[in-house]
Amino acid sequence: MKEGWKELPIGCTIDEGGTSRKFKTGDWRSERPVFSEDKCTNCLLCFVYCPDSAILMENGKVVGIDYDYCKGCGICADICKPKAIEMKPER
Amino acid sequence: MPTKALTGNEAMAEAMRQINPDVVAAYPITPATEVVQLFANFVADGVVDTEFVAVESEHSAMSACVGAAAAGGRVMTSTSSQGLALMHEVLYIAAALRLPIVTCEVNRSLSAPINIHCDHSDTMGSRESGWMHIFAEESQEAYDSIIQAIKIAERLYLPMMVSTDGFILSHCMQRIDMLNDKQVQDFIGEYKPHHSLLLTDKPYTVGPLDLQDYFFEHKRQEIDIMMNAAPVIEEVGREFGEKFGRHYGLFEGYKLDDAENVIIAAGSTAGTAKVAIDEAREKGMKVGLLRIRVMRPLPYKEIARTLNGKKVISILDRSDSMSTMGGPIFVEMRSALYDVESRPLMCDYIYGLGGREIDVEDIVKVCERGETYKAKGKVDQPIGFIELRE
Repeated sequence: MKEGWKELPIGCTIDEGGTSRKFKTGDWRSERPVFSEDKCTNCLLCFVYCPDSAILMENGKVVGIDYDYCKGCGICADICKPKAIEMKPER
Repeated sequence: MPTKALTGNEAMAEAMRQINPDVVAAYPITPATEVVQLFANFVADGVVDTEFVAVESEHSAMSACVGAAAAGGRVMTSTSSQGLALMHEVLYIAAALRLPIVTCEVNRSLSAPINIHCDHSDTMGSRESGWMHIFAEESQEAYDSIIQAIKIAERLYLPMMVSTDGFILSHCMQRIDMLNDKQVQDFIGEYKPHHSLLLTDKPYTVGPLDLQDYFFEHKRQEIDIMMNAAPVIEEVGREFGEKFGRHYGLFEGYKLDDAENVIIAAGSTAGTAKVAIDEAREKGMKVGLLRIRVMRPLPYKEIARTLNGKKVISILDRSDSMSTMGGPIFVEMRSALYDVESRPLMCDYIYGLGGREIDVEDIVKVCERGETYKAKGKVDQPIGFIELRE
């Protein structure tokens, strides 16, 4: 159950930081980026360009896509020279 | 307590000086110019600690006030007429974000045609913004009400404007019994904001997008606080009266108890009406006055209880609602009295637009016409105009 009007904080505020984590925007996608580790040169352009910080990194290397937040905009695939990221239709 | 001869604008500026707000963002406009000008002098002379933001428009003035209040400051401004109209969209934001900004407003007509003199069309246009609003009858009340407004607004976290009639009060000198600075500070106390953007260890978001999912709940919250505002206004008025001897309620009755023929007015005309009522009483009419002091929230239940059983009510409206149903006070009073057991006859008089004079004789005539309606048991002319050339 969502809060009723009596339970909400005063003045239409959000009373904590970092709440965008709670807003999973992955279901906006119509196309999903698919990552191929073998083609990746770790140039990190996808990491820099991703507007949703949805490129997953481990030890300085790209390891995949965070599908909870990726909206499927395709910027990562567009910017990727070695075509290590390709857009595939969501089913 | 010092007694001074002050204009309405000087009285409001003096109240602001004694309140010593953290931030004032304002753009001067006739007839409220002096409030801002005098306060800017206080800032320049170092007699207040206020950060004064000289902005380029009233839209910016209220926007800067919203920012400063969201940062946790005690914030004030002053405006009139077109200035209040230009603030319009930001008024709603200040109210919904629950920021207790206090505005010294001076009532002036709205263009067109351009006119700098008094009527109530400016603040009447802000009735639905979520701001509380007090109409002062005279400058002593304006001074006292601004001090009360700080306390009321900060207790409810809701903005409030106090208005005086342009030129009639703003530029006329009157004897003002001032409080001393310490009395004002003790009365208003320390402001504890509900949030502060400056507290970086307690981050919060102010004004986020709020769509179908929560907007309605937030608006319901705003309606609720307005519904519960009247007792706080009364309580602060009572406390002010107990401490300083000048008592203020939600509305004022003048010779109202045994009156059958009642006039309703707001602002300085209520003073003229009191003289007219004395004259009409001498002529044998059982007349009285109900002066609207708090326009928002409108204390309609208390007014209805008071006016239940009266025979005739004549409303004096210093603006028109353009609904063709008369002025805004008339429309709201008719609604307020719909449910009373013994509903009075009611009629409206539009008067004083753009500063047109209204005299004691005009109001005595209203009383006389009320007597005629009372005798006939019906109103011949529901909406009339006073001192208008036909």
